[in-house]
Formats: sequence, structure tokens, C-alpha cells
Amino acid sequence: MSAPQTTESLELWGVRKEFGAFTAVESLDLTVPEGSFFALLGPSGCGKTTTLRMVAGLEQPTSGTISIGGRDVTGTAAFRRPVNTVFQSYALFPHMTVLDNVTFGLRRKRVPDARAKARAGLETVQLGHLADRRPNQLSGGQQQRVALARALVNSPSVLLLDEPLGALDLALRREMQLELKRIQAEAGITFVHVTHDQEEAMTMADTVAVMNEGRVEQMGPPAELYELPSTAFVANFLGRSNLVTGTVLDTGEVLGVDVAGTRLQVPAGRVSTGVSGVALRQAQDPPVETGAVVQLGVRPEKVRILLNGGEPTPGSNVLGPGKVTDVSFTGVSTQYQVDLGDLGLHDVFAQNSSGAPTVRVGDAVRLAWDVDRTFGLAGEPAGSGQ
Amino acid sequence: MTTAAEDVAARRAGAAGVGLMLPGTLYLVAFFVIPVFALLATSLYVPVPGGDVGQFMPALQWQNYATALAEFWPQLLRSFWFALLATAGALAVGYPIAYLVAVRCRGRPLLQGMLLVLVVAPFFTSFVLRTIAWKQILADDGYVVQALHWLHVLPPDGRLTATSFAVVVSLTHNFVPFMALPIYASLERLDPRLVEAGGDLYAGPWTTFRTVTLPLSMPGVVSGTLLTFIPAAGDYVSASLLGNSTNTAMIGQVIDTRFFRLLDYPTAASLSVVLMVAIAVLVGLYVRRTGTEDLL
Repeated sequence: MSAPQTTESLELWGVRKEFGAFTAVESLDLTVPEGSFFALLGPSGCGKTTTLRMVAGLEQPTSGTISIGGRDVTGTAAFRRPVNTVFQSYALFPHMTVLDNVTFGLRRKRVPDARAKARAGLETVQLGHLADRRPNQLSGGQQQRVALARALVNSPSVLLLDEPLGALDLALRREMQLELKRIQAEAGITFVHVTHDQEEAMTMADTVAVMNEGRVEQMGPPAELYELPSTAFVANFLGRSNLVTGTVLDTGEVLGVDVAGTRLQVPAGRVSTGVSGVALRQAQDPPVETGAVVQLGVRPEKVRILLNGGEPTPGSNVLGPGKVTDVSFTGVSTQYQVDLGDLGLHDVFAQNSSGAPTVRVGDAVRLAWDVDRTFGLAGEPAGSGQ
Repeated sequence: MTTAAEDVAARRAGAAGVGLMLPGTLYLVAFFVIPVFALLATSLYVPVPGGDVGQFMPALQWQNYATALAEFWPQLLRSFWFALLATAGALAVGYPIAYLVAVRCRGRPLLQGMLLVLVVAPFFTSFVLRTIAWKQILADDGYVVQALHWLHVLPPDGRLTATSFAVVVSLTHNFVPFMALPIYASLERLDPRLVEAGGDLYAGPWTTFRTVTLPLSMPGVVSGTLLTFIPAAGDYVSASLLGNSTNTAMIGQVIDTRFFRLLDYPTAASLSVVLMVAIAVLVGLYVRRTGTEDLL
């Protein structure tokens, strides 16, 4: 029933937004394919909400173009755009019933049977029985659903969600994450979701764009971003990373890197220059040369603790010895903090698959992980992250 | 289920509550309940037989009301009509001012403050002075009348002073701040995101105003119209200074004349009671109709 895939996508070309002397968004290029669940992830003030508001038409870009379904909407007023927003504060009309709120957009578009459609919309979010209430008589979670229904019933080309789950408690947020995902899959509408919660973004979205200081640092499927972060910011904003700095000793299929006198290895294909996203790194990035400074990283759950006498499996990077400074038992896993002296504090997450942890605070340990799970970031540490 | 401790707490709170209500209650009894009863009583007095002008004695002369209404119903009706026109005029002037200051200047507190001072500035000069100023503005040899003559809007012998127009203009002007300020307060509280939501849901600027902004500012509009209509209906300064004695007289003028010139206390009192009751009934109907009972 909908148009071909390419024609309904949302595209931003060189979109830039300045507020006075402050640049909120710096020439952003984004393509969000039709029907995808796209997350804009970043800390507060990174420009993600401004980007969303520009797509909604609530803010005018200083330069650049925004197109929806191939149609340039840059100068189009918000009320003429085929876009609906779920606002962070929900922004439900307090003087109308829940049903009137949901009917509002349909009535403006003069859709026949607006009330019946609005009722059906309320049913999808399981709130049919509250149709005649006022928004202030509902709980936060219910208001959230009304806001969602009010936007969804209009079948927009793009649905924008501005931190929609931020005000909900943890259990409810988890429930709404799954429900949003289900609704998105059923409706097939493009969702653009703005959030500062990396877990939320990874749970729901098929594509995540990590934003920082008005730029997209990296964009891709959540697993790819997690496995192969291309900047130190992404490595630390999306989950945690242990990062060490070293100098390239030899190049080839696998790079040898000297880190404080220890030789570590990293596959050449897992080293990013930080110039472009991971997906493009092999094609475009300049090769890393001998003598260059690189940062090597590994995710905490991929690190194994070697107690005295423990031997690493072949093909491992090993660092240490160091001293265990903290052991936190969280049920599913145990989180260790290991002080490696000049190399700083390192995190290790171990599954509690064989019962309670055996390593204690004060133990001297070494850390080992597979060479194949190591990632590299070319260039000096930029002072971001830890 | 209440525990003994809660009972004690409730009783203490009750005692404190009575203590706090006492000054207000005494004030209302002394300055509202007693005077209203005095007014009601006076409205039923009869002249002392063979007494001087202004000498009356207690009685239950209900006839006073019939006589007063029979003679002064045109002035009573005119008062409500003028008050209605002035309220409409003040709304037409006051709402855009309130909107400009509260919505258009949102986020610029200094500018908002300055504009609000301008709105309130008329309060700094006396009501009478402001009304007399209109006399100058609308004078026969004033610029306004001359311009209107020149434009042939007004016939050569037409004038503005001593007309209903002058009275209504003065009433409107005097009550604009009373209209604008409550509307400003309502609009100031309006969440701008609701207006954005209207735009996001395909409502153009005018539709958003009609369906979101205006309904949400209704409490301010209702307060403003009440604050304008009630005093305007009883006003006599504008009519006395800018009207003529025949076809612009308002009920306030009549009451003033009866009380202080003719010393006809029963008629003045009964007209006051009628005015009070009529306003109470009209306001009650209005508030019920606009669905803002919580204002009363």
C-alpha cells in the first residue's frame, strides 16, 4: 500500500543549526530508510533534539536541506509536514478528553470516521477504556501511550520520538521499549527516536547514530557500533571500554603494538582512523604505519582474569600483572576493577556461570583477551571518554 | 479508620483553622453582611409622615421596588448594554495586548516587564483624570472630531462628547488593564509545547489558536470579562463626565443622584439591590455557561 522504499525515506543534507554564536548541529548528513527504527543517541546538548525539531519543522535549519519521500520540506511549515512527534513532556491538550486528543490530527486532515479511527488507535495502545478521561487523570505511562496513539493514528511518513520514555520508571520503560518496537514493526512507519540512554537505543533501533557536539560520530547497527567503535567517544558512550595507548611496531594482517613494553596485537581490519564510520574503514581510511600512535580497546565482558599461574589461550593479548581493587557481585555477572598501574583502571565483567566469584580484592592478576576481539583507534587519545 | 493521634491532629488543625478564619470573617461581617442588610432594610423604608426631605422610618414597603423599576428601567438596561459593549471592547483591545506580551515576547522578561508596565500605567493616574482626558480628546474642536468631519464619517454638526459612544469608549479604556492582566496570566502559563503539538498535528496557526490557545486562556478571559463587566455596569463617572443627562444616563448616576442630591434613600437602595441581584444572576449564568465554576 505504501510507496517504494527509496521514495519515503527521510534525508538530511548538510543540515546545520546555529543559535547565535552557538552551533547546535554541524552540517549533518543522514539517510533514514523507510520503515526503519532509527535512534539518535548522544549526551544532552549534543544536538539530537535540535535535529529532531528541524525534521518536525519546529526549528528552521540555518543551512542544508531536509527531504521526506524525496520532497524537499526544508521551508515547509510544521503543520504541512507528513511528520508527527511524541513530545518528551507528551504535550497532551489538557482541556480535551483522551479521545479528543487522539482525534485532533485526524480532524485537521478531515479524515472521514475520525472518531472511530481514534478509538481504534487507542485500542492499539490498550487505552480504549480511558477514552473519556482527561489527560491529567492518567498516570505517566498512560499519558505516554496517549501521546503515542495521538501521533500514530495519523499514519505519518516519519514518527519522531523525543526521549519519550525519559519520565518513566525503569520497569515501565522496559515494557514501553518492547511495546514501541512491536508497534513500529506492525505499523511499518519510520521511527526516529532521540535518546541519551544507550541501552534504550540498542534495544530498539536497527540503526543508531551516535551524536556528540553537533556531529554524528558513528552510525550503524547497534552490534556493529558496539563491536567496532570508531572513536573513543563511541567506545565509552556506548557501553564501556578498556583503552590503552601504544605505538605500532609492525604492520600487516595483524598489527603489533607496543603498550608500555608489552606487545599487543590487533587485526588491521579492526583499526579505525576515526575519519569515517566503521563500515567504510577498509575502503577509505589511510593505512596505519609503523611508529604511529594507536589506542587499543576491548569490551570488559571479553576480558578474562588470570590468577597466578593461569596461562592465556593462544592468540590472546595479555596485560598485567595488576591488583584487583573492587569486586561487585550483580547477580548475573561480577564486575571487577583492576588497577594496572600506568595503564589505569580496567573493567572486567565475568558471567557467574559457575557460581560465586573466586577472585578477591587485593589479588594480583593478569588480564587476557582474544586478539580478534581487540579494536583499534588510530591517533592520540583526544581526552574524551574516561 | 482514624487513629486517636490523627483525631487530635485534626482537632488541632480545626482550632487553628477557625483562628485563621476569624479576621476574614469579622471583616466580611462588618463591611459586607451588615451593610447589605442595612441596604436591604433601607430599600423598604417609608417617608416619615409630615417629616422633612430625607427623613424615613423602617417599614416593609415592597412597593419601592416596583416604583423604582417602573421609573428607571431604561437606565438599568442601558447600564448593562454599555457594560456589555465596554467588555467586548476591552476584550478586543486587551486580548491582543496580553497575547503580544505573554506569547510573542516569551523568553524576553525585560521586554515583557516593560510592556506590562505600559499596560498598568493608566492605573497610575486617577480614574477621574483619565475620563476627563477623554473629554479633551473627543472635544468638538479636537483633532479627532475635526478629522472625522474632514473624512465625512461624522456629519458637520455631529459631535462625540455627550454621546453614548464617548461613554463606552471611556469605559472600555478604563477597564482594559483589568481585562488584559488576567488573560496575560493565563497565556503566560500556557505551555508553548502545546502550541507546537497543535502545529505538529496539522493545525495551522489560526486553527491552533482557536483549538488550543484560546480554550486554554478561557479562565483569564472569564476573569477579565467579570472584572470589567461588574464594575462597568455600576460605573457612573464615565457617564457623568462624558454623557448627557438624557440618553446616556446609567444606573450608577441615578443611584448617585437619588442618594446624595434628592436624599431619596429607599429608591436609591432598592435600585442598588436590583443592580446587585441582576449582576449576580447574569454572572452566575455566564460562569455556568463558560464551564468555569471553579472561579466562583
